[in-house]
Amino acid sequence: MKVLVACKRVIDYNVKVRVKADQSGVDLQNVKMSMNPFDEIAVEQAIRLKEAGTATEIVAVSLGAEACQETLRTALAMGADRAIHVHHDGGLEPLAVAKLLKAVIGAEQPSLVLLGKQAIDDDCNQTGQMLAGLLGWPQGTFVSRLKVEGAKVAAGREVDGGIENVELKLPAVMTVDLRLNEPRYASLPNIMKARKKPIDKKTPAELGVDPAPRLRTVKVAEPPKRQAGVKVDSVATLVTKLKEEAGVI
Amino acid sequence: MAVLLVADHANDAVQAATLHAASAARQMGGELHVLVAGHNCAGAAKAAAAIEGVAKVLHADDATLGHNLAENVAPLIARVAKGYSHVVAAATTFGKNVMPRAAALLDVQQVSDIIGVEGPDTFVRPIYAGNALATVQSSDSIKLVTVRTTTFPAGAATGGGGTVETIPGQADAGVSSFVGVETQRTERPELTSARIVISGGRGMQSSDNFKLLFDVADVLGAAVGASRAAVDSGFVPNDYQVGQTGKVVAPELYVAVGISGAIQHLAGMKDSKVIAAINKDEEAPIFQVADYGLVADLFKALPELAQELKSRGIKPR
Repeated sequence: MKVLVACKRVIDYNVKVRVKADQSGVDLQNVKMSMNPFDEIAVEQAIRLKEAGTATEIVAVSLGAEACQETLRTALAMGADRAIHVHHDGGLEPLAVAKLLKAVIGAEQPSLVLLGKQAIDDDCNQTGQMLAGLLGWPQGTFVSRLKVEGAKVAAGREVDGGIENVELKLPAVMTVDLRLNEPRYASLPNIMKARKKPIDKKTPAELGVDPAPRLRTVKVAEPPKRQAGVKVDSVATLVTKLKEEAGVI
Repeated sequence: MAVLLVADHANDAVQAATLHAASAARQMGGELHVLVAGHNCAGAAKAAAAIEGVAKVLHADDATLGHNLAENVAPLIARVAKGYSHVVAAATTFGKNVMPRAAALLDVQQVSDIIGVEGPDTFVRPIYAGNALATVQSSDSIKLVTVRTTTFPAGAATGGGGTVETIPGQADAGVSSFVGVETQRTERPELTSARIVISGGRGMQSSDNFKLLFDVADVLGAAVGASRAAVDSGFVPNDYQVGQTGKVVAPELYVAVGISGAIQHLAGMKDSKVIAAINKDEEAPIFQVADYGLVADLFKALPELAQELKSRGIKPR
């Protein structure tokens, strides 16, 4: 079974983002970039499926600027077999990404597509669902348990009320949540080996997709800041403050 | 043109989140209609018709819609959406699962998790875990929008005089099936609508120690939440998680206990009216957003807090 994993290059989750003074966006100059943490979990899951003998090949896909190749090298160093870079300078919205992935999937014919449940930059939480819709495939979103059983995949989904278990026919799209696994670090020998693994290049035009955005960013602003309050010296004072000053209890 | 609200419901009633989404939807334009899709959900359809401002309810009742499978619900939304200016849902796990799939079927770029309506096509939404707020304008002919419920007041559950129109169900896509749900019943209020939330973090150290939090929660009538660290460590189930990727809460009082205050956690609670924090590390970032900070060992402070609240006669409101 072939597994395709989508990975997005995003600002590193430890970086404190700064809004640009002209409110056109956030400052990405000289900022550390990494693979979206949820996508790392997706890559890890693909590797575990291969180690378990369920998957035979792992194809990693990233979409965006030239530097996405670094993200793909990370996926290859973790254990993906080969990669596809859909090169596009400029912003890509989830709908465009879903259409581009659909075109790649048409050629690759994987049985399972894994993605992170959301990207930590735009926090959209859309791409996997959109891709599944465009393909007419079943979707397992926010998955924290996954088991391939023959032509089906059983998934535990993290929902507002607990864990929901569903069964999907393959081929299927899954978006993964935090507790599915803990991604491995790439070892040095594997990082060296990854340099020799192939990265194919494609463009939206070759894939027959118009990636033009549908949303116009009017502005990006700082959120209102919360002022730090006071330290209290005892539980009794805390209760007094909450009762008399704040009036919330 | 009218606005269509997709109801998140529990068959016999609508979820509180739907009431919040209704007040966002009413800021977007014309008449408000509600889609209630499910199986044996006439009660929810009736409840939806009573929501203030609702003119009409579209009630689709079909076994294929019974478990909110996106493969069946999204085509229904796409089918019904034509003729509406907006399709709106609360950004609950139901809305997050179903709406983007419907958007793709309609060739629409959804706007997720909005916190403000600036105009019929212009919305404000948090990005980068709420560290920036983007104002975006949609050029799609139908706007698909999910709503962060904590930033919009709940619409009144009564006062609407909507008519209920039965519409056809949806054929089974035949690719997915619901197996079951694992849920822990609790007598405490629901996390996203509670007036007071008390959350524990890594500092709680174990599942058993959460009892100390439950004791305080029960005196206050509070819901109990947790940081990602506490959930990942298995102290409490996933549905307790507050943060960028868990639940977003904005209660009148949020009490953070043994939580350091990573930006991913702050993203889920910093809009709370009043924040109190108990942590033994006085440098913990949580103190930078807390109105009241107590530097203390939580294993001493929590029993003392439960006792203090009881002795002053404080009860759930």
